[in-house]
Amino acid sequence: MFADKTMSARAGRIATLVSALALIASATVADAKERDKDRKKGKDEEVSAPAFAATKAGDPVFASTYKPFPNIATAIRGATVFDGKGNRIDNGVVFMSGGKIVAVGGPDTPIPADIAVFDGTGKFVTPGIIDIHSHLGDYPSPGVEAHSDGNEATAPTTPEVWAEHSVWPQDPGFTRALANGGITSLQILPGSANLMGGRSVTLKNVPARTTQGMKFPGAPYGFKMACGENPKRVYGARGRMPSTRMGNLAVNRETWLAAIDYANNEDAKRDLGKETLVGVLKGEILVHNHCYRADEMALVLDMAKEMGYRVSAFHHAVEAYKIGDLLRENDVCSAIWADWYGFKMESYDGILENAAFLQREGACVVIHSDDANDIQRLNQEAAKARAAGLRMGIDISEATAIQWITYNAAKAMGIEQMTGSLEAGKMADVVLWNGNPLSVYSRPEKVWIDGALMFDANDPKRRPVSDFELGQPGEGDVK
Amino acid sequence: MKRLLTLAVSGLALTAAPALAQDVTITNAKVVIGDGSAPIEGGTVVVRGGSVVYAGPASGAPAGGTAVDAGGAWVTPGLFATVTTLGLADVSAVGESNDITANGTPFSAALDASAAINPTSQHILVHRAAGITRAATTTMPAGSIFAGQGAIIDLDGDRKPVMQARAFQMITLGEGGAQLAGGSRVAAHVLLRASLREAQALVGKTFIPETTEIGKDDEVFLSRFDAEALVPVVTGQQKLYVAVDRAADIRAVLALKTEYPKLDLVLVGATEGWLVANEIAAAGVPVIANGLNDLPETFEQLGATQSNAGRLAQAGVKVAINAATARDPRRLQQVAGNLVALNRVPGASGMEWGKAFAAISSVPAEISGMGGKAGVLKPGALGDVVLWDGDPLEVGSVPTKVFIGGVEQSLESHQSRLRNRYRDLDESDLPKAYDW
Repeated sequence: MFADKTMSARAGRIATLVSALALIASATVADAKERDKDRKKGKDEEVSAPAFAATKAGDPVFASTYKPFPNIATAIRGATVFDGKGNRIDNGVVFMSGGKIVAVGGPDTPIPADIAVFDGTGKFVTPGIIDIHSHLGDYPSPGVEAHSDGNEATAPTTPEVWAEHSVWPQDPGFTRALANGGITSLQILPGSANLMGGRSVTLKNVPARTTQGMKFPGAPYGFKMACGENPKRVYGARGRMPSTRMGNLAVNRETWLAAIDYANNEDAKRDLGKETLVGVLKGEILVHNHCYRADEMALVLDMAKEMGYRVSAFHHAVEAYKIGDLLRENDVCSAIWADWYGFKMESYDGILENAAFLQREGACVVIHSDDANDIQRLNQEAAKARAAGLRMGIDISEATAIQWITYNAAKAMGIEQMTGSLEAGKMADVVLWNGNPLSVYSRPEKVWIDGALMFDANDPKRRPVSDFELGQPGEGDVK
Repeated sequence: MKRLLTLAVSGLALTAAPALAQDVTITNAKVVIGDGSAPIEGGTVVVRGGSVVYAGPASGAPAGGTAVDAGGAWVTPGLFATVTTLGLADVSAVGESNDITANGTPFSAALDASAAINPTSQHILVHRAAGITRAATTTMPAGSIFAGQGAIIDLDGDRKPVMQARAFQMITLGEGGAQLAGGSRVAAHVLLRASLREAQALVGKTFIPETTEIGKDDEVFLSRFDAEALVPVVTGQQKLYVAVDRAADIRAVLALKTEYPKLDLVLVGATEGWLVANEIAAAGVPVIANGLNDLPETFEQLGATQSNAGRLAQAGVKVAINAATARDPRRLQQVAGNLVALNRVPGASGMEWGKAFAAISSVPAEISGMGGKAGVLKPGALGDVVLWDGDPLEVGSVPTKVFIGGVEQSLESHQSRLRNRYRDLDESDLPKAYDW
């Protein structure tokens, strides 16, 4: 299977190479003709712009075409509000208009008389839930081989690939994440087969015909890296480096050094992978590093210092609780599960108290899914992690647990100025829950994205159905 | 046949009377019987000699035994996790610690999970602390459509984890079975029928079986030992769990009963079961359903919805929750709680609280042949009692005390020890390695 894939990938690469060479050849001919023409016209000998050129490095490409859908000014009154930054407002008011949050406050918060008002009595409001770690679209449903687009597992470092080029916007998983999980933004990451898996993309969880139609406007790119077992297993099994953890670090460091050389060389030919790495060195692209073990996270932090970049978040940081102090000092978030443990060696020390112990140290906690099912229940995962802390006498408010799946995720993704909390001027990404979101018995009732109502449990026609599901059993069913 | 039955009975006898069973009376409890009924406030549970002798309102309770005041807490039967691999692996991705699958063996139906259950597996300790006291545990299909014979185990960590060996045979059909059988559903059905026919031919024979092997090239699909292992399946003495998801595949399984009327069928997974719920109900076949699958993860799960279990139950099907798709069995309570949540989602079908709890306690026990014995607090049942720190179906609730067969269990594990060690990061005197 793998051999086949490698072969076809190779064949593809050769084909690309051939056509690229042809292009260069024709460009050269064209350039020469152009120069001849200039000479004949007696113009000066200054070299004119080449006839063929890509846009410049750093110019926006594959740009977002997402535009918020029509909204009506809306207020929710009488609900319990968790604002995403650790605050709770009882009998609160959330007022949104023009796609933005206008006001959030207590019962006296003024709202215009002529707008839609929902009675939130007995209900709860949170910011839209954000999953910092998803592979929706890259590993979509149905999970057939033809859809397996999440790992470019043909070289240990592939910084040149972009996850958005694998996203299938018709993945029904997006709709489940919206309807059951209240997910309004999510980061799609390349998989962890490679030390450097490529660029991530942050999406608004809106159905769209193209991936550009989902791209979160203004969100910085992320860069996926992976520690530990996966890269050394995948490449070690093929008899190539890395086959050990020390090999992992060596390949990473060599790659960073080459990127630094590239960054310092103004004449270097464009290199997509190095452009991404330089983006990281400049702080424009945020590093999301899959890393389970405490000792490996500490090594990565030192490597980042050596090379001059920052780690935004460690993902799957099962052992983060062992180094909460170090993570706090380095201002790195830990994106973690509530209860996954024991399925692979580096997850052997997973404990329910991971999030709570990090919170105790004042380190940044994000609860993530990495899973098309768990993304539908991040609120429940946060509740489990909080409960484990309470049992240990660590006082974690419900509002703080909601912060783990909203503002903290936004912060680690670099979008916290735009979404992740209910504050005036931010995107009106809002979930109205039919009960306390930290209870297993609660579900999203309504979800707004940029003020537009994108899901309503009471209205079957506000339930998105992907192209794939049309005409199939269960089309439009509750899911 | 007789031999198998004798073994099963003696297995039960060994665990029914544990040596250290305490006589316990738990009072002031919110008692959940586990049979689908509503909780009883201010109830009492009495366990004597390792068995439940009373569970109900305080007024009717007999006196005696060690008194435990539950302080109003929820008290339930131990959870029964069905279709698990508990005790069969330390770390599933570490091959040498994993007895769940065996690609390299020529055997299939003959595989017997009871031979390898490790009662001190960390997964058993972790899940005991999550309130699971009994489980159906099995090897998984890897080289064949036949997974092998699963066992009913207890989680008390003593030297006898197996209550009933060879309690059921499990097979997989649908897409997974098709791949294992050589490439198609059609091939899987021929293999299944051929295997059952070979087994039928061996019914009543006591000599070494001389069945022709079914094989291709170097691969054995069915050895004579596997055929012999299927004898109790065709005679209905051993349950046949069939993992299948698509509505059409479910119908094909139900149709097996016309050829082999004695088959004691149980459907596992049944993602599209709701599409054929009435047929399943009419066949009287119970379902161990995937609780929350709602993605068309494969082409055989296009109709996936979280309302599947609720719709099946409404149609009169006996429904338990499948632990195999819950990531870890300790999420069973969360799955059941989500089914309760569906009652408040317009258009969805869930379960009432009592029924949802029963789907992870008494119903899977009944399907496993442990009806009245496990997953229920009724006189004569095993003394498996759990005290909780909150609503047992709510996320974050955990047991405060777990009794198995009347014996109070340790709730410690590798995880709890790590938790205690890292309750702070103080290494001012010595490294953490000295903190134990």
